Amino acid sequence: MSFLFLLSSGLFLGWSLGANDAANVFGTAVGSRMVRFRTAALICGVFIVMGATWGGGGTARTLGRLGEVNALGGAFTVALAAALATFWMTRLKIPVSTSQSIVGAIIGWNFYTARATDSSVLGTIVLTWVACPVVSGLLAVGLYLVCRWWLQRTRIHLLSLDQYTRGGLLVAGAFGSYSLGANNIPNVVSVFVADNPFSGLTVGGLAFSGDQILFFLGGLAIAVGVFTYSERVMTTVGSGVFRLAPIPALLVVLAHSLTLFLFSSQKLENLLASLGLPTIPLVPVSSSQAVIGAILGIGLIKGRRNINTDVLAKIGAGWVATPVLAGVLAYFLLFFVENVFGQRVDLP
Amino acid sequence: MPLFKSSRVIETQIDEFLDTVAEGGLVFRQGVVAYLEGNQTEFDARLRTIDSLERRADKLSREVEAHLYTHSLIPEHRGDVLGLLENTDSILDTAKASLSQFSVEQPVIPDDLRQGFMSVAAASCEAVEALIISARAFFRNVDAVKDSLFKVHHFEKEADQVSDTLKRQIFASDLELAHKIQLRYFAINVETVSDRAEDVANRLAISAIKRQI
Repeated sequence: MSFLFLLSSGLFLGWSLGANDAANVFGTAVGSRMVRFRTAALICGVFIVMGATWGGGGTARTLGRLGEVNALGGAFTVALAAALATFWMTRLKIPVSTSQSIVGAIIGWNFYTARATDSSVLGTIVLTWVACPVVSGLLAVGLYLVCRWWLQRTRIHLLSLDQYTRGGLLVAGAFGSYSLGANNIPNVVSVFVADNPFSGLTVGGLAFSGDQILFFLGGLAIAVGVFTYSERVMTTVGSGVFRLAPIPALLVVLAHSLTLFLFSSQKLENLLASLGLPTIPLVPVSSSQAVIGAILGIGLIKGRRNINTDVLAKIGAGWVATPVLAGVLAYFLLFFVENVFGQRVDLP
Repeated sequence: MPLFKSSRVIETQIDEFLDTVAEGGLVFRQGVVAYLEGNQTEFDARLRTIDSLERRADKLSREVEAHLYTHSLIPEHRGDVLGLLENTDSILDTAKASLSQFSVEQPVIPDDLRQGFMSVAAASCEAVEALIISARAFFRNVDAVKDSLFKVHHFEKEADQVSDTLKRQIFASDLELAHKIQLRYFAINVETVSDRAEDVANRLAISAIKRQI
């Protein structure tokens, strides 16, 4: 019971992730009324849980290598610090990522417990954050060029194209939700892995490990966030800041989903390794920044020269400010939890 | 898939609608020519045809509108498509009204002015044909819209010029002032069809930009 109570900070982080990031996957589809919210939320919730349960292992290992939070009180506090940092940065309208806040919070725990942070893991994570919007932008450009060439050749009627776009938005949304679950689930529950009380379980012939049960719970928290709070965010995304026509929106979602998939797929990592090629690091990245990268990519290829430097500055600020804020918060909260509430935040 | 089936039905209806308007343009021209040649039977037949074409276009346009809303199709372009259909439909209304006026007023047109009226009707009809080609392109090949839009503007300008020459000819003649004013009114009536086509072309140009991905 106490585990579930202390897991609540992670579940809260998951809830806010679902409330915010579902809009990156289904925002334009719902905002432009191409897809109904209930349909979007159902697909999004189901595929996030699937991605979290079956695809979340790789990125969780990377966070584990950064700092293995080994006491439940510490895990609770780290997740709480990350959740508060995310909440704060969202209030400042900075495209924030739970990935960046959890990394900052884990480093805060490392500092507090006087453990060394593996600089090579940290370096890989930071480089991946920078690469994420760039990769997403390049993918969006490629998809845009292919799509434009295809549309010019096929001359599909506007009405049929509308149907294909609707179907595409659902499929890309499902893929994006799976990738979001797989890539971002460690942000929500990876700090609890060391204290995970669940052992394996077999349901209907499907075997789940203890970690997968934990990931499943985190996935459910994200799905609850999607159902309860994301409609408002989706409506804002669809009709406000990132007003996109349905086809570019579909390409943005696809580029975003592929990017998250690239940075979380263990199968792809194994395949690249077996071919003797360099592997892609499995790191939780920012879903919002992947979307912004894709939108900028399409904007550039369409010849828009007036790239909004404010947006770029905010992304840069997010890379630095979010982890620093989360780290500092984690450090102070750990002090209170240990000394005021008498909880162990570290095991020797 | 029922959704794909409904969009196929609407695609066919839109095609039929554009066919109807294109045919209306041709019938309008034939009606004016029949009147100018004094062939009353032929003129009456064209007037009846344009009347039934106009009703058919109205019906198709209403059905497309209902389908688009019922099945929540193309929310992004619905306004543009409905505006396009409504305004294109008004071309047919204008053409029918113009032929009706010939039927009601039976203006007497001197031989030396007939060619002028025929030329205005021909330019108006060409403008409508070019517009229909652009409208079809809007649905299937949006990059080709501008290729025929410039023809609409070209024929509208031609209709303007020919109509201007015709009006000067009318007022330079020895006809009674009341007769001159009546003929000027008919010159404007025939020319208005090309103006309507240009109005739709202007909207179409903007809609086409919005449709480009």
